[in-house]
Amino acid sequence: MNDMTPIPVATARPAAGIGCLDAPVRKERGQHAVFCGLTGIIWMHRKIQDAFFLVVGSRTCAHLIQSAAGVMIFAEPRFATAIIDERDLAGLADVHDELDSVVAKLLARRPDIKLLFLVGSCPSEVIKLDLGKAASRLDKRFFPRVRVLNYSGSGIETTFTQGEDAALAALVPVLPAAPADAVASLLIVGALADVVEDQFLRLLNEMGIANVKALPPRRSTELPDVGPNTRYLLAQPFLTETARALDERGAERIAAPFPLGEQGTTEWLRAAAEAFGVAPAVFEAVTAAPAARASRAVARHLPVLSGKRVMFFPDSQLEIPLARFLANELGMGLAEVATPYLHRAHLAGDLALLPAGTPLSEGPDVDLQLDRCRAARPDLVVCGLGLANPLEAENITTKWSIELVFTPIQGYEQAGDLAELFARPFGRQSRLEV
Amino acid sequence: MQLTLWTYEGPPHVGAMRIATAMEGVHYVLHAPQGDTYADLLFTMIERRNKRTPVTYTTFQARDLGSDTAELFKNACQQAYDRFQPEAMLVGASCTAELIQDNPGGLAAALKLPLPVIALELPAYQKKENWGAAETFYRLVRQLTGSRAEGFQRKTPAEENRPARCNILGPTALGFRHRDDIVEVTKLLAAIGVDINVIAPQGARPADIARLPDADFNISLYPEISDITVRWLERTFRQPSTRIVPIGIGATRDFIREVAALAGMDAEATVTRVESQMAPRMPWYSRSVDSTYLTGKRVFIFGDATHAIAAARVAAKELGFEVVGLGTYAREFARDVRAAAALYGVEPLITDDYLEVEEAIAAVQPELVLGTQMERNIAKRLGIACAVISAPVHVQDFPARYSPQMGFEGGNVLFDAWVHPLMMGLEEHLLCMFRGDFEFRDDVAASHLGHGHGAAKAAVKAEPVLAAEAESEPVAIQLPVPAGAETDKAKPAAAQSLIWTSEAERELKKIPFFVRGKARRNTERFASERGLGPITVDTLYDAKSHFGR
Repeated sequence: MNDMTPIPVATARPAAGIGCLDAPVRKERGQHAVFCGLTGIIWMHRKIQDAFFLVVGSRTCAHLIQSAAGVMIFAEPRFATAIIDERDLAGLADVHDELDSVVAKLLARRPDIKLLFLVGSCPSEVIKLDLGKAASRLDKRFFPRVRVLNYSGSGIETTFTQGEDAALAALVPVLPAAPADAVASLLIVGALADVVEDQFLRLLNEMGIANVKALPPRRSTELPDVGPNTRYLLAQPFLTETARALDERGAERIAAPFPLGEQGTTEWLRAAAEAFGVAPAVFEAVTAAPAARASRAVARHLPVLSGKRVMFFPDSQLEIPLARFLANELGMGLAEVATPYLHRAHLAGDLALLPAGTPLSEGPDVDLQLDRCRAARPDLVVCGLGLANPLEAENITTKWSIELVFTPIQGYEQAGDLAELFARPFGRQSRLEV
Repeated sequence: MQLTLWTYEGPPHVGAMRIATAMEGVHYVLHAPQGDTYADLLFTMIERRNKRTPVTYTTFQARDLGSDTAELFKNACQQAYDRFQPEAMLVGASCTAELIQDNPGGLAAALKLPLPVIALELPAYQKKENWGAAETFYRLVRQLTGSRAEGFQRKTPAEENRPARCNILGPTALGFRHRDDIVEVTKLLAAIGVDINVIAPQGARPADIARLPDADFNISLYPEISDITVRWLERTFRQPSTRIVPIGIGATRDFIREVAALAGMDAEATVTRVESQMAPRMPWYSRSVDSTYLTGKRVFIFGDATHAIAAARVAAKELGFEVVGLGTYAREFARDVRAAAALYGVEPLITDDYLEVEEAIAAVQPELVLGTQMERNIAKRLGIACAVISAPVHVQDFPARYSPQMGFEGGNVLFDAWVHPLMMGLEEHLLCMFRGDFEFRDDVAASHLGHGHGAAKAAVKAEPVLAAEAESEPVAIQLPVPAGAETDKAKPAAAQSLIWTSEAERELKKIPFFVRGKARRNTERFASERGLGPITVDTLYDAKSHFGR
């Protein structure tokens, strides 16, 4: 590092291995105000350009995706809902026959679709509709023109981003097998914005790691192969099942903090570099300039954010790495960091970097957390769309958490944008005189 | 099982939420998995409400299914009561909880909470949002007024020497312009000289609902929500109800007559007095000569039944448009829409399949679409002007300005909202006369649409607004279709083989893009019906004189 790259709040950086690695986590049973896994379809259907997501569920499922997507969908959607009706439930119609005809109709309309996901929902789970059986039956009928897979995005099993986890986990078994003597390859796992993915590929290539692929791929015809010589790096913190499935294929996970902010991105890339035997000097040469750019871009927001206290309501499982970024690179205090589900192993790198004593909670009761929020009066609350306006009306500044899932925030070149997302509510307040 | 891309209505429990959220002092305990909490954002984001929705979800998980979801529900009820101290509680199940059959009503009753608990049975696999709202309101009214039914007596206005008083029933949270309609109808009633007893559900408390029988009559503002309730009140408390919804100038006049009659006033004198007092601009605007160009504009109408039927009347009788399509997604009111469609000589379109609506619009090539936000998307893709007249709502349907649909001011609003998207008269003439002008290219939007307007761009990408060609252009439609599939429906079959001479093609290009699709379609129909060979300039003009308007 040179004097062009100030380390903003160096003293706030905890020594590795301490932090919140073994910190207690508050767990509550009560109302969880979070999305279900179906919501992941909103970005997944754009990421894999020849995939279609057919939810087998109720009108509520259709309404959820439509409402959550809202104005975000401007082109034709590659998702739809097969709405179960009373005829299906009463056994007047054979649900599997009905589903087959819906799929046939859909694929006739969309000859461009190469991969069809049948997505399970709360109702399909409760009536024990076997979508695995349906998928393999339909796959036999339509493969190789269309591959048919299934996963569950139901709210009784999955929360928000876990839908992506379930979809990717369903893809893993059909990834081609890499031969046992294949050259070592790196797999980046988790949907990223295309621009971010390209940046990571460029940096890794510059370090000399040539054989890098991404899961999910942009087209289902470009599935990466996987085998015992595959090392994988999680780009998202919510991929429990996907990681398990990759482990079963013999691939090996590279442990790392998640690539949010300068620190996270550097540590994430460093983990890959070390796993592939990249010389430290080469790593430094490749990362120094973008890391410095990231630090400078983040530092611009220090005057607004430093010293402010933030509280996270549970949403995407990105909360722990985001809190680590805000604490370490922007000097923010953490009033409470709540996440819907905490995977201690995958988040070990981030937990170790989180300031010791940070209050953590997993799946909190929304009413009880609101009580804590009103008592703590944090300067900023990161929460879902159902809570943001009501809290603003109580003069509590908020940041919609969903924007953190729909914006390119990973990597060096986005670190400043990420800081700006948290600074914007304050900037807006200072402008307004109404 | 029905394949659905977009849905016009949510599930019935969202309808119940619209009632609970509209009211004060009501809390809704909903047996539902965590994902169903998405519905909160409809109210906090689309409608920008500044309070949490008064809904507690049990958010049961898969692991609870094996144990005791019923206990979970009871705990949620008790905790919601303790925390929010409501004056009445609604309890029910969403689609998933309906399948596990925990009987929320029975469980809540067992808690013996010291407040009225209204158990809702909203069959999620048969019914939809508006039905759910109507049913919830009806159950609520029944339960909170039922005890007054036996031996009920109400003195007449004359006996008490007071003005007649009415209830306004139907406005809910997340309703299309309900917020402003209430204000306008309140003004209208004040001008008529009728008192308002209760407005419900919007803004009412449970105690207000109990006062409903004190009114002399009811105003059924949104029949989709209020119809079953006003019919029950009519039977139970001998409260007659209005049937006319005051959307448009003519309907507002009829509404005044109806209210005056119910209040024992002279209908015609009241209309004259109120209209001169409120002085709507719309009738004169429509008669003023600059509106001549509106004559016979072809309009396609789709929405909930109330708004669609009202829009057809305004379009035909108050703006001089030609109604070329009329439909609704509200199957419960299909009969009313069929009757209205018969008045305008069009086939009614009763469907909640978005793709069917798109196909119908593409087929008739209207100049204006009056629809929901979904038809707005269709119109955008097809390059057709559009105004939104009905739910489902979008954040833009909650404008900051006062913008009612009802009453005389509502008539003014409709004039502006529907006329502004259309091309102004002289501009249209200039475009027709000087097609060759380099600034009159198809990709240059008409001035009223602004530069770079989405509609104009979509039209350009689709080149002529012609179904057959537009549909091969992926940006122009919802779903790319296999070659020929939808094209065949949009065009007469024989037209497929029709050939245009290059001279005729050039002549067609001189016709403004917004009517070119219709011109091509008519010419091809004319030619194919007569078995004419390649289409020449003469065929084009023969067809024009044949269909000419």
